[in-house]
Formats: sequence, C-alpha cells, structure tokens
Amino acid sequence: MSDNPLGVTRSESLLQRILDSDIYYSFSHSPITILSAVVTAIFFLSAAFAPWVAPHNPFDPATLDLLDAFTPPAWEADGTSKFLLGTDDQGRDILSTIIYGSRVSLIVGFSAVLFSVVLGVGLGLLAGYLGGWIDSIVMRLADVQLTIPAILVALMIDGVARILVPVHLRDVVAIYVLILAIGVSDWPRYARVTRGAALVERNKEYVSAARVIGVHPIKIMLRHVLPNVMGPVLVLATIGLALAIITEATLSFLGVGVPPTQPSLGTLIRIGNNFLFSGEWWITLFPSVALVILVLAVNLLGDWLRDALNPKLR
Amino acid sequence: MARQRAPDPSATPMLEVRDLAKYFDVSKPWLARLIERSPRQILKAVDGLAFDINKGQTFSLVGESGCGKSTVAKLVVGLHAPSRGVIRFEGRDVADAQSRADSAALRRRWQMIFQDPYASLNPRWRVRDIIAEPIRVFGLVKSRREQEDMVAGLLRQVGLSPADGEKYPHEFSGGQRQRISIARALSSNPEFLVCDEPTSALDVSVQAQILNLMKDLQREFGLTYLFISHNLAVVYHLSDKIGVMYLGRLCEVAGAKDLFARPQHPYTRLLLETIPDLEMTGREREPVAGEVPNPINPPSGCAFHPRCPFANERCRSEVPMPTESAGHIVACHAAEEGRLPDATYTPPKQPVAS
Amino acid sequence: MALLEVEDLRVEFPTRRGALLALDGVSLEINEGEVLGVVGESGAGKSLTGSAIIGLLEPPGRVTGGQIRLEGHRIDDLSYEEMRAIRGKKIGAIFQDPLTSLNPLYTVGRQLVETIRVHLALSLEEARGLAIELLGEVGIPAPERRIDSYPHEFSGGMRQRVVIALALCANPRLIIADEPTTALDVSIQAQIIALLKKLCREHKTAVMLITHDMGVIAETADRVAVMYAGRVAEIGPVKRVVKHPKHPYTVGLMGAIPMVGHDVERLTQIEGAMPRLNEIPAGCSFNPRCPKVFDRCRVERPELMPAGRDAEAACWQFDKEARRG
Repeated sequence: MSDNPLGVTRSESLLQRILDSDIYYSFSHSPITILSAVVTAIFFLSAAFAPWVAPHNPFDPATLDLLDAFTPPAWEADGTSKFLLGTDDQGRDILSTIIYGSRVSLIVGFSAVLFSVVLGVGLGLLAGYLGGWIDSIVMRLADVQLTIPAILVALMIDGVARILVPVHLRDVVAIYVLILAIGVSDWPRYARVTRGAALVERNKEYVSAARVIGVHPIKIMLRHVLPNVMGPVLVLATIGLALAIITEATLSFLGVGVPPTQPSLGTLIRIGNNFLFSGEWWITLFPSVALVILVLAVNLLGDWLRDALNPKLR
Repeated sequence: MARQRAPDPSATPMLEVRDLAKYFDVSKPWLARLIERSPRQILKAVDGLAFDINKGQTFSLVGESGCGKSTVAKLVVGLHAPSRGVIRFEGRDVADAQSRADSAALRRRWQMIFQDPYASLNPRWRVRDIIAEPIRVFGLVKSRREQEDMVAGLLRQVGLSPADGEKYPHEFSGGQRQRISIARALSSNPEFLVCDEPTSALDVSVQAQILNLMKDLQREFGLTYLFISHNLAVVYHLSDKIGVMYLGRLCEVAGAKDLFARPQHPYTRLLLETIPDLEMTGREREPVAGEVPNPINPPSGCAFHPRCPFANERCRSEVPMPTESAGHIVACHAAEEGRLPDATYTPPKQPVAS
Repeated sequence: MALLEVEDLRVEFPTRRGALLALDGVSLEINEGEVLGVVGESGAGKSLTGSAIIGLLEPPGRVTGGQIRLEGHRIDDLSYEEMRAIRGKKIGAIFQDPLTSLNPLYTVGRQLVETIRVHLALSLEEARGLAIELLGEVGIPAPERRIDSYPHEFSGGMRQRVVIALALCANPRLIIADEPTTALDVSIQAQIIALLKKLCREHKTAVMLITHDMGVIAETADRVAVMYAGRVAEIGPVKRVVKHPKHPYTVGLMGAIPMVGHDVERLTQIEGAMPRLNEIPAGCSFNPRCPKVFDRCRVERPELMPAGRDAEAACWQFDKEARRG
C-alpha cells in the first residue's frame, strides 16, 4: 500500500493540513503528551520572559536584603507570601532564581544541541552520502568517542579550556565553553543516525535523478538528502535536549559549569546542597524538582515524537 | 576484446556502445580479507557490450534479474563510470566532455525514467519544484514566470493538470507519479530517454496508460529510447530493436519482429518459452530447468552452458563472440556451427475481445 | 456442495475518518480440486479476500459481514485457536516472499517435520521420511541431503519450492497462494507455476491463486474472479473470461495487456485510476471510467448477474439484455 492510501487528495491551507495531519491527531489523543507540551511551554515562556515573569530580580544587588536570607517557603511558619518558595543564603527569591536558572539551563541545552546537531548531521551526511575513506574516518572517530562517557569528554574539554583561557575571562566565556563541551560530547549520536538515513536515501532514485542532470554533490546533500533525514534527527534532538540539560546540571553541580553569578539549575542545586543538613531544604529541593519536571516533560515529548514519526508503531 | 562493427551506413547512430564493461569490487573490507585470507571478488556486472541505437528508435535490453541490464542504463547516463569501453553520443565520445559546460551540454540531451514511482520523487518537494529542477540546473528559462508556464505545459503534456504542481508526491497514485517522472525527464527537452523498467511496478491498466504516453511522446518529439525491461510482451510492443542479456553479456541482438520470429540463441528461446499463453491454446509448456548462476562466480566459457541443451566441450571452455548475419547478431557457438535446430516461435494470435 | 463458499463477505478498516469498506459483498465458490484465479489491480481487495479466508486479516481490519464456509462449516466466526488448527491442516498458504514463510534460524527439514507432526500423528522418523519425499516431489534435487540446509542456502526459486512443500505437508484441501511467483524471475516463474499445477492435480487440492498477472491465471486457473474496488466484477471459466470478457472493466484490462504477436500502435486504455477506498463513487464503482456507462450505473449498484453462457458479471448492461430477451 502507498504511504498515504486514505489520504486527502485536495490541496488545503497550511493550517488545515496541520489540523488534519496524523501527527496532530496522535498529539490531540495523548493527554500525557499534551501535559508535557504545556509544561515545556511554561518553562520556555517563563525562561524567555524571565525579567517580566519572575517576582524578583535575584541578580540585582540593590533589591537583595541579607535580612531576608533563609526565609522558608510561604506555607511554612516563618514563610512570607513575598517569597513563595523561600530564599537562599543571600536573600534571593528561590522561585526567581529557578526561573532565571532554567533560562540559563535552556540556553545552554539548546545551544549545545544545536551545536552537536550541526556537527553531527554535517559529518554524518558527508560520511553517508560520500562514503569511502571519509566515511571510515568520521565513523571511527565517532566510535572512539562513544567509548568515553559523554560527561568525561565534557570535563576534558572544560579542563583544556580552563588552561587556555586567561583567568579574568573565565567567567565570561564559561557558558560558551560549557556549550562547546556538551555539544562536542554528543555529536556521534547524530552522526550515526544521519549516516544511516543518508545511506538509505543516497540509493533512492530521486537522488539518481538529480545526479543524472549533474547537480553538484553538495547541493544534492543539502537540498535532497538533508530534508529527508531530518525526521529521526528531530526526535533525537528532542531527547538530546533533555540529556544536554542534565549534562549541564551535572557539570554545574560538579563546579565546572556556569559561574555562581549566573547560576543554572545545576548550580542552584549545588549551592543549595550546602544547606541541606542545616535544615534549609528548600534551597536545593525546588531547583531539583524543577529540573526533574523539565527533563521529564521534554523526554516525554521526544518519546511521543518518535512514535508519531515512526509509521510502524502507529 | 574490442569488437568493432561497421558503423551503420545510413547515419551516425544516436548512441554507440563499444566493448562496454563495468566491474564492481564486491570483496569484503580489507581487514576481513586479510584475516580470512579470502581473495578479492570482482562482479563483472557488464562485460564487453556493443550495440547501436538509431535516432528516433527504441532499443530494449531484456533479461532476468542480475543480468546487468540496469547497470547498462546507469552507465549510459553517467551514474556509473565504465571500467572499460566507449560510449559515443552522436559520434562523440562521452568521456571527452570533461569541462562543466561540455558535460552540462551533453547531460541536457539525455534523461532517465526510473522503476520505482515511490522512490524516484523527493517526498519533501512540491511537484512543480521536482519538474523544474532540470530547468533550473540547465538554466533553460530566464524568469520565474517562464518556468511556471513551462511546468504547467509539461504537466498537461503528461496528462495531469497544472494545479497538480502545488501538491506533494504522496498525494498521487503510482501511475500519476510515473507521469510526474516523465514530465521531469522531458523538462530539459532531451532527445534520448533511458527508461529503467518504468512500468514494472505498475498495474496493467496503468502500464498501458504509461506505455501509450511514451509512444505518443516519442512520435511527437522524435525521442530515442533505451528501454530496460524483463517483460517480453512490453518489449515486443515498444521496441524496434532488442538485445537479450545474460550474466553481463549480450546473447542476441535483432530487430524486434525478427527476434521473436527467428530466435537463435538458446537463452532467447528459453525466454520466449516463458511467455504466458493468453490465447488459451492449452499448450503445456515445458519449463526449462535450472536457475541463473551467481554472477560473482559465473560458469566458464559461455555463461549459459549449464542450462543449455546444445552445450558441448567448446561452449564450456570458450566465450562465444557475437557474429552477425543479416542484421541479427548472436553470440553462440552452436548457432555459429549450425548445430541448432530451427526454431520458429509462433506467437499466439491476438485474442478477440467481444 | 462447493469446498469453499464465500458469501457476501464484508471487511472494514476502522479509521479516524470513519470505517473504510475494503471488501463490499464478495461472493465466490471454489470446488474440490479446482484452481480459482483471483485477479485484480493493487487495492482491488484480492489479497484481503485471501487473508480473510485464512483468518489472518491485519488489524485493525475485520470481517463485518457475510460468511465463509469450508466444507459446509462456517470458519469466519472461529476463535484464533480453532482457526490455527484449520490453517495448515485444511487450508495451506503460500505467500509472495518465501523468506517470510520460512524461519531463517531452523533447517527446512526441522520446519517441515514440525509442521507435519502438528497435523499428522507420525513419529519423528516417519515425519522426516515424509519431508524428504515432499522435498523430492517439489523438485529439490538430492532431498535427503538438502533437508538439513537452512533457508538462506536455497535460491529464491528453490525456497518457493520449499514453501510449497510446507503448504502441502498436511495434505490440505485448499491452498491460498498469494502472488506466489511475483518475486521470481520469468524462467523460474514458469517452473513454479508448472509445479503448483502438477501437485494440485495429483493431490486433488483446490487452489485460490491470487495474482495481478493475467498470464499466470490463464496458464493455471480453471475459473477466474476479476476484482475491482473491493467487489467481484466478473467470474467465470478462465478461457471464456480471457477470450470473451463481459464486464467493461475486464474488457479494458484484457486490452491493456501487451501481447507478443499482437501488433497494435496503442494499447486499450482505461482512463483514470481505481478509486481510493474513501472515494468509491455511488452506483457501480467502475462507472466514472466505464465506456458503456448509462444513468442506472450512477445510482444503483449492480450485483453479479448472468451475462450469457457460463458468465456472471456485475454490470447493468446484462440486466437490460436479460429483460429485453
């Protein structure tokens, strides 16, 4: 049977086509997916509009008051409605630091995924479409890197960067080093998937048709093969975003991530960790919960996308 | 091994192929080879082919899977580089066209139609962009407007409507997709079309539509076809000249009517024997025993000898060379020595549809 | 009584845009030892008819009406377990791709012996003897040696022979062969058809031969059912259908087949394409493409009706003739 035996044959507007598509149907019939999408959207929006959404600006020293330090959440005996989730040792509002923190986490996660997608898809496309020695070199490189845990690769890159970058610039470039470290550690997954898909597409007749008229190989790769391998890459990238956020949190927790002046969720958890035994549990618990919810929601979205784009599981 | 035939006296053929060969290295990776001490394996997909195609005619290659007929198609349009031999397009060696401009000028004049209507169109492209790709690549029009008009004209030409250009390939049936493929092939105004089993994935009624369309287009534009097929009836219907291939070599080349009326090579006779009898004469056909051998390790001498009822010692050791008599070329020792019994294939008369 | 009777069979595929009627009132009979060809283009429902009979419809497809009777007993309402006992013992199956019917991990001998012992009360030794006998019968050279080979050690044609042996091993009354030769080369096709014909004649097994290839049908079948858009358009003895087709669709189909020795400039062309399941027109489903269409065809759906001697066709032009006559 064709891939669309019951499909609609009329051309419709883009909106109608989306509302009519199988993807939208599977989305609208999966409550968990809708919930994940809503949660993810809330995180994204509040991160994007943090200065307007957050009740306080935790990084403006003028608004901070050390007397507010260690205020418990609002529902506790000493809590105040001014600080819904309490404050930390410097009197910063936890809810606001979470909103600003997830902003950093998401920026790092997104940029890292973008970096590894560009790197991995580019190399995978070259390897899969051109084959030969390029294929051998790229894939052996990927194999070698896959034998080293991603977090180690990231730590290594971070270490090298620390040696190379002058001290006074460290805090400024820290976030870029982090993006580079996470991005480089994750490219082999994208390269492998892209190469596999490109190998399949390369032998399809539409590629031959372009070769017959002498279209340049780079153009064939970008205009013909690339759009047809992006499906699986998109799924991988969604799950990869969750992974990148976790890697970032891990690195920041270990103290090699973003500087405390610009804390991400991982940094917040690390800072809060110091106060766990002295009874100020809220400082570390709420950022952790936020991290778990964010990662879970993104992961569930990725799972759904994988199933929705894979006709065999439908 | 070059076997030159006298050029056709009437005119230079559109396409001349001489001693064409394509070998594929199908060995395991060198590390595996080193460890297992296995030798290199060479697949001789096409070996020493020679044929001419005259302008405005249809030349068909028939044979079973693995005989190399599709490889010939890919060699002719430049999807594979030949291992040996010459391909001349209107008397000019294709390998000489090295510069980009030269190569584009040549490529514009031939096009290819593929077998699988589901794989031959990029699923992410709109039909109008698919058809316009050759127009853009060869810079055949000056304006966007001109291109749109051309695409609309092509769509009408192949029996679709200009509005179909807005759609994506998945919105069409197999036959309609093959029409889109043909429109794309025609868009650079080619003179020569290579058709690799263009109807074998289609239902018979759709096949009839496509074959009719191909014939109409040939008449209208004076197109020359190289047609690859395993279906003898389709080949009979369409061709002026037919080449029968077996394991990378041509066994027999003859005019279509001549080949079916006086098949010489025992393999050709076997193939004709397999044509289903739609006349309902109730004749019991004697199926020929044996299967096509592995092309990586073909039999010695004439590759057909293990299945051939007329094979003798010479056939087992010596590769038969094509010999021509009255425009009928056969590569068979038995035919050359006159050992073959006369075989006249009498095709069943056409059934009468009430 | 016919061996297999299919009466008014309906198969539906529920989708989110409503149920699609894939088979709409298919009726046919297969007699003892007879080869019934079922021919049609892709999407006509010929394979679905076969799957429905052996109870292997792919979900979410389901039988929603009609009856299937084997030797007079209904088999369409049996449970999965009951149906499994009938499959293999009474109805054998041969599919297009021999690789899907054979387990690549077991030798063909083991698969044959297991299948034989499921259906027949034989000892291991006896079953192995029968398996070797069957392999010899389907034309595998040196069966006593080849019985211990794995499927991948056989060529495509030889594999299909093994599948035929597997289908025949419990001596079923009926074999459903779904495109058994489509994946094979022409010279091998002829061998397999000849083999199938010979074996069924010897074992007196009836065959439902499903194919898109009219040539295969003409060579093999006794009677043929032509399907179009989920219905039987015409049914009759193969010679009559091939030489004197009645239904306009069959007429077009026969004219569309290129034939050796048949010198025509253009082939008969049926305009358009078979409708998709969600776009089947009212009245006769062939009416938009029919050269002989008249008003009644557009509103009323024709059932199979006598169309001359030996012939049944679902076309109103014969109703008109019958009434006039």
